[in-house]
Amino acid sequence: MSDALKAKIADVFDEPGCDKNKAKDEKAKKKGCSKPLTPGAAAGGCAFDGAKIALQPITDVVHLIHGPLACEGNSWDNRNANSSGEKTYRVSFTTDLSELDIVMGNGEKRLYRAIRDAIERYAPPALFVYQTCVPATIGDDIEGVCRHASERFGTPCVPVNAPGFAGSKNLGNKLAGEALLDHVIGTREPEFTTDCDINIIGEYNLSGELWQIKPLFEALGIRVLSCMSGDGRFAEIATAHRARLNLMVCSTALINVARKMEERWGIPYFECSFYGLSDMSATLRTTARMLVERGAPADLIERTEALIAREEAHAWSRIAPYRDELRGKRVMLYTGGVKSWSIVSALQEIGMEIVYTSVRKSTESDKDRIKAIMEDPHMVESVPPREMYAQLKRGDADILLSGGKSQFVALKAKVPWLDINQERHHAFGGYDGMVTLVRELAKSLRNPIWQDIRRPAPWEAPSAAFPFAAIETTRKD
Amino acid sequence: MAAVRVAKKNLSINPLKSSAPMGASLAYLGVDGAVPLLHGSQGCTSFALTLAVRHFKEDMPLQTTAIDEVATVLGGADNLEEALINLTKRMKPRFVGIATTALVETRGEDFVADLKNILARRAELADVKIVLASTPDFAGALEDGWSRAVTAMIEGLVIPGDRRGTPLRQINVLPGVHLTAGDIEELREIIAAFGFTAIVLPDVSGSLDGHVNDAYSGPTSGGTRLGDIAEMGRAMHTIAIGHHMRAPAEALQGLTGVPTTLFAGLTGLAPVDSLITLLSHLSGQPVPASVKRRRSQLLDVMLDGHFHFGDRRIAIAADPDLLHTLALFFGGMGAEVVAAVASTGNSPALADIPCDEVIVGDLADFEQAAAANDAELLVTHAHGRQAAERLGLPLFRVGFPIFDRIGAQHRCTIGYRGTRDLIAEVANLFIAVRPEKRPEDFTHVLAPMRGTDTHATPATR
Repeated sequence: MSDALKAKIADVFDEPGCDKNKAKDEKAKKKGCSKPLTPGAAAGGCAFDGAKIALQPITDVVHLIHGPLACEGNSWDNRNANSSGEKTYRVSFTTDLSELDIVMGNGEKRLYRAIRDAIERYAPPALFVYQTCVPATIGDDIEGVCRHASERFGTPCVPVNAPGFAGSKNLGNKLAGEALLDHVIGTREPEFTTDCDINIIGEYNLSGELWQIKPLFEALGIRVLSCMSGDGRFAEIATAHRARLNLMVCSTALINVARKMEERWGIPYFECSFYGLSDMSATLRTTARMLVERGAPADLIERTEALIAREEAHAWSRIAPYRDELRGKRVMLYTGGVKSWSIVSALQEIGMEIVYTSVRKSTESDKDRIKAIMEDPHMVESVPPREMYAQLKRGDADILLSGGKSQFVALKAKVPWLDINQERHHAFGGYDGMVTLVRELAKSLRNPIWQDIRRPAPWEAPSAAFPFAAIETTRKD
Repeated sequence: MAAVRVAKKNLSINPLKSSAPMGASLAYLGVDGAVPLLHGSQGCTSFALTLAVRHFKEDMPLQTTAIDEVATVLGGADNLEEALINLTKRMKPRFVGIATTALVETRGEDFVADLKNILARRAELADVKIVLASTPDFAGALEDGWSRAVTAMIEGLVIPGDRRGTPLRQINVLPGVHLTAGDIEELREIIAAFGFTAIVLPDVSGSLDGHVNDAYSGPTSGGTRLGDIAEMGRAMHTIAIGHHMRAPAEALQGLTGVPTTLFAGLTGLAPVDSLITLLSHLSGQPVPASVKRRRSQLLDVMLDGHFHFGDRRIAIAADPDLLHTLALFFGGMGAEVVAAVASTGNSPALADIPCDEVIVGDLADFEQAAAANDAELLVTHAHGRQAAERLGLPLFRVGFPIFDRIGAQHRCTIGYRGTRDLIAEVANLFIAVRPEKRPEDFTHVLAPMRGTDTHATPATR
């Protein structure tokens, strides 16, 4: 690993914006928050995975992965981040390094030519070049190649230096954020600015969730100057430094971006959630208040309250038909970060019971929020699949809400399951998304298959009587 | 017949191939009580795992040695040891299949010696069978990884020596990676129809066939039993399917002396006829009526289906053996393979594909060739969906991965029955997009007028 990358990692780990980090002493702070991985018991993606998750929703650029096939070959076009136009981000680009390239040290040359070919063929506004383990091991300097290619071809080439073995997915998110800070944000000026320009950071427009939120801001005259990175465009993100306020969505994944934008350009930020009615409303309120504090027209606050009242009432009227059906149903919530609390309050709002919520990826402030909103907060760290299977099998919950990794634990225990993580195909953002979530919960719980599949095969039931009655015949005389 | 052209390029756009460790993992997953262990960074495992889950809609017990930067520099033997200890303690597998990745292979260590030392040192691993296959991502693809893992299992788990004193009524089957759980079930039934028991290695029809157990299982539940693998030397005959199974087949024959027949594929009338003839010879039995009935049904669907296949222009992209099987199938039904793209170039299967040229390349090459040759149907894995959308053509999903459809593992395309259903499925695709005729489809009916392109229109007064 290059010294520059080592310094970068140390830098993103020493994050004053992170509560967990702030609570540590000097020595522990230096060590950062990288947990050593346990061979034979590790789960989850690598740093490259995290970097790609954070940046790949930028729709109009070429995402070029420098490495042997598997890194990109096993992972491309695998997320449901939607685009309102450009489709380049769904095309897969990789240098597909061969044995010969590695042995002969041809990696850098190959990368340079790959950049050239991609620009010739697709003429993108920019390229993002991702480092992976093998070229990092043999010392390929992607920063140098990108610098040279940018000059030569006049197309910005952004190095994303997050090889898999550097650490976890979360680290990769942050290193991706660093790439935006170092090479994208602040490189262009917007055509015009308003007092109500905001950036949304950490929203990936999965299943179109951004489009459940954006109209709410637009209705208030608030402009989303850029989104990092859902439905993103390179040119928009390049102008992000002119926003008045940053909304940081996905907890701490990109906190370094928010904090450093505050440092460099004086843009304040706050952590928010678009999940659940009250959280959505709180987000709108805080946005309005902070924009007004920075000089936006004072009536924004009143207009926001009016919009909240209108939208909440509308959402409740759409949710009402499901309330009776869902009241008292027991939910097991196995996710992390923001969703560990934002979904809790959403589900409680409709009268569902939370069996437990997992806090394995949550920060201290996430946990404080859970304690504040739950009467009897039941928090768990990670639950081994075998144990979760046993819980579901004996009927501890009526439904599991989680990411794809525990999908089959629930299904094989014959318990309904709803995907609330990145692979989901339903948009759960904002007021509209809450209605969707409620509808999906009801749809899943009421499906007749659950009863059907839990019933043992009839011949396994101990029964003495022959269960078939002879049909009645009418005798013809 | 076909000239093989390796597209020389610096940039792979929309990869066709899946990497070798992925293929090895799938092979290991075909063994009962197995945990595949990828020797590499945790991302290597997590990407492979996610992709396999998306295809099979099943949990996958893949594990990682979690190589980090330090281990990359200093060597990964300690990680390998720790991983074996941790995962056997935690998951209690009966079998661990190790596949190396590009990361550890780039540094280049003596993995076999490492493993030997670990096994000699750690008594707690004595009850677990462990094999290792070298499968760097930068060489070969899915077929190569699968083939190497099967070879490693044969060399590590089969009792060597000629043990056929009184051969059991047992047939060994070495299926290629292109056979689904549904295919293997069908093959087992065909073999059983002749009074034989089939030992299938790997047997994904037992482990990756999507079943619901009554208890939780960490490692695979179902698949080839270790005891059965050990006894493969007592079989009467071995059937291997796909050119990439030649190496494992040779290893098994070399170890045990059990004679082997290699089939390039088992889709289409002629290949299945050969299989049935072989089984009839081996068993000394006439072909059972049920098998004859299936053959007759296939003949009938060939008759009904040929209307829809004749002169159709087909573009196929797949791993070499699957490409070969499908190209022969489509060609045999009267269609024309106008574009053939293979993931790797090292297979003898490519040479006799009925197409002028086989391109070794990616899905961008495929898209380009399909467009240039006016293909009417795209045949490849699920990643072909973007090309299908751009070209406005139907996509017939085959191979791995198929992540945007369910039931991929149950689809059967071998034997008389599988071929029968395959013909119907493809014909129905054509029927579904058959457009109604319009007047402008017939602008060519008149002979062109000399000296002018337009035909006379009635003069108006």
